[in-house]
Amino acid sequence: MTAPVTDTLMPFDDVLAAYDPALGLEVHVELNTASKMFCGCPAVFGGEPNAGVCPTCLGLPGAMPVVNGKAVESAIRIGLALNCDIAEWCRFARKNYFYPDMPKNFQTSQYDEPICFDGYMDVEVDGETVRVEIERAHMEEDTGKSLHVGGSTGRIHGADYSLVDYNRAGIPLIEIVTRPILGAGGRAPEVARAYVAQLRELIVALGVSEARMDQGNLRADVNLSLAPKGSGVLGTRTETKNVNSFRSVERAVRYEMQRHAAILSGGGSIRQETRHWHEDTAITTSGREKSDAEDYRYFPEPDLVPVAPSREWVDELRGTLPENPTVRRARLQAEWGFSDLEMRDTVGAGALGLVEETIAEGAAPQAARKWWLGELARRSNEDGVDIVDLPITPAQVARIQALVDDRTVNDKLARQVFEGVLAGEGSPDEVVASRGLAVVSDDGALGAAVDSAIAANPDVAGRIREGKVAAAGALIGVVMKEMRGQADAGRVRELILEKLA
Amino acid sequence: MPEISRAEVAHLATLARIDLSDAELDHLAPQLSVILESVASINGVAGDDVPPTSHALPLTNVFREDVVVPGLTAEEALSGAPAAEGHRFSVPRILGEEQ
Repeated sequence: MTAPVTDTLMPFDDVLAAYDPALGLEVHVELNTASKMFCGCPAVFGGEPNAGVCPTCLGLPGAMPVVNGKAVESAIRIGLALNCDIAEWCRFARKNYFYPDMPKNFQTSQYDEPICFDGYMDVEVDGETVRVEIERAHMEEDTGKSLHVGGSTGRIHGADYSLVDYNRAGIPLIEIVTRPILGAGGRAPEVARAYVAQLRELIVALGVSEARMDQGNLRADVNLSLAPKGSGVLGTRTETKNVNSFRSVERAVRYEMQRHAAILSGGGSIRQETRHWHEDTAITTSGREKSDAEDYRYFPEPDLVPVAPSREWVDELRGTLPENPTVRRARLQAEWGFSDLEMRDTVGAGALGLVEETIAEGAAPQAARKWWLGELARRSNEDGVDIVDLPITPAQVARIQALVDDRTVNDKLARQVFEGVLAGEGSPDEVVASRGLAVVSDDGALGAAVDSAIAANPDVAGRIREGKVAAAGALIGVVMKEMRGQADAGRVRELILEKLA
Repeated sequence: MPEISRAEVAHLATLARIDLSDAELDHLAPQLSVILESVASINGVAGDDVPPTSHALPLTNVFREDVVVPGLTAEEALSGAPAAEGHRFSVPRILGEEQ
C-alpha cells in the first residue's frame, strides 16, 4: 500500500467563517431476525464460513427468494418510529453490480419505492432540539464478507486474492437516509454524532437489532459538502463509508469539513467520491470515484411480488412502538430527579439507556449516573471506544454500587473493581475476591489499627478527647493508610470516637 | 420512439462486463433498436386504463415465516467453486471497486 497522502486541513474556526456545511447520513441497520431476508438461512454472522448459506443467498440458478415477513414488520416499525409514511404498495428492485461479496451480481434492494418515507427525528444537541428529516428507509440485504489475502497490509490494495464467506449475505438490512441537514454550522459534527446515537437508542428500544456499532450491526456513511457561506447552494459531496462508532462519526465530519475547506480555499474542487475512514489515524482516504459505477441499472425484482402493508397492519404496529424519545427523556428526568444539566450530560454521553438499565438493576439514579459519567465515560474516552461498547454491563455496574452500599468496598476500592471487570477479570464479586478488595469490617482488626494510630499520635488523640471531633480526620487517614485503603472510613471514625469518648 | 444508440449499447456492455468489439457493436446496436421498437408496439394496444406492471400475477404480500431452515453444508456450498481455501470462496484480487 502506498503511503497515504497527508491532507491539508483548514483550522475548524476558519472553515466556519467561510463555509456552510451540508450533512447527510445513511445508516444501515442489520435486523435481528432469526432467518435471512429472502431465505431460511440463519441470520447470524460468524461461525464456520459458508455454513449458513443455501442456493438462494448464493445466487445459484433457479433459486427463488421469498420475503421474510418479520423483516417487513421491523422495517415498518422503524419507519413509524421515525415518523415516516408507510408505502401502501412498494416493490423490491435489483441493484446490479459486480463484486464478489454479492454472489448474485445484484443486491436485492428497493429503489424509487421505499417502504418508509418522509419522516423526521428530533435530535437533542447540547440541550437544543435539531430536527433531522428522514428521506427514506428501505429494505435490502447484507453482502458477504471478503478477506483479502497477500499484499503487505491485508487491505484491499496490494491483495493477491480474496476469500469470501457468504454467511452474512442476505441478512436483512434497513437503510435509513436523511435529507441534507443544513444550517448546523459548527455543530455539524455533534449533530451527526447525536443523530446516530439517538437512532441507535431508538433501534434498541424497538428491539429490532442488536445495534452494536463495533459488531457492524449499525453502520454509518457520512455525506458532507461545503458551500460558500450564505450562498445557499449545495457543494460537491464526499461519502465516507462505514464509520463505526459515534465518536468516529463526529470526527469524520470534522475531518471532511476541514479537508474540503482547505481544497476549496486553495481554488481546487472536490472530487465526488467515496472515502474510507481510518479509525487508527482518524483520517479519510480516497476510495472509488462516483461516476459510471453509480449506474446500477435498477429494475423491479421479478421474483418477488410487491409489498402492500394494509392500513390495519400498520396501525397495529403503531401500537407496538416504544415511548416517543422526547417524552421518554422528560419522564426519566422526572423519575430520577436529574437536573437539566445532569440529563443533558447523560444524553450527550450516549449513556441514557445504560443509566436506565443500571437503575432497573437496583442502583440509585445518582449512583448510576456517577459511575457512567465519571469512571466509565473517562475510560471510554481514554480507550477511544463508545461507552455502550465498554466490556461492562449495567447489571455489573449496579452490582458494584450494591457492594458499595453494603460496605463490602468503599468508593476508592470500587474503582479498582471497575478496572478489574473492564480488564476481563470476571464479575464484580469475582474481582473483589481475586484482588482481595473487600474492606476490613472485622472490628478486631480495625480496632487494633485504631489503637496503634491513637498510641502513635497522642497529641491528636488528646485534642479529640477534649471534644475537637474534627481532628479525627487525621487519625482516620493514619488508619486507612495502615489498612491500605481497605477499610470503611465511616466505621473507622466511629471506632476512634468511641475509644476517645 | 425507443431507439438505442451505439454509444448506449457500448455503455451497457461495459456495465454488464461484456466485451464487445467495434464490429460487434455495429452489428448488435441496430438489432437492439429493432427489438425495443417491436416491444414498444405493445403500447399501441394498452390504453390508458392499463397500468404498466412488472409482475404477471396480481399478487402482493407473499411472506415467509421467520424460521430457520437447513441450507447447504460448507462442503456442498463450495462443491461448485473453481477455487476455495479454508471453507471460503477464493476469488481473484479486486481492483478498487469496494462497495
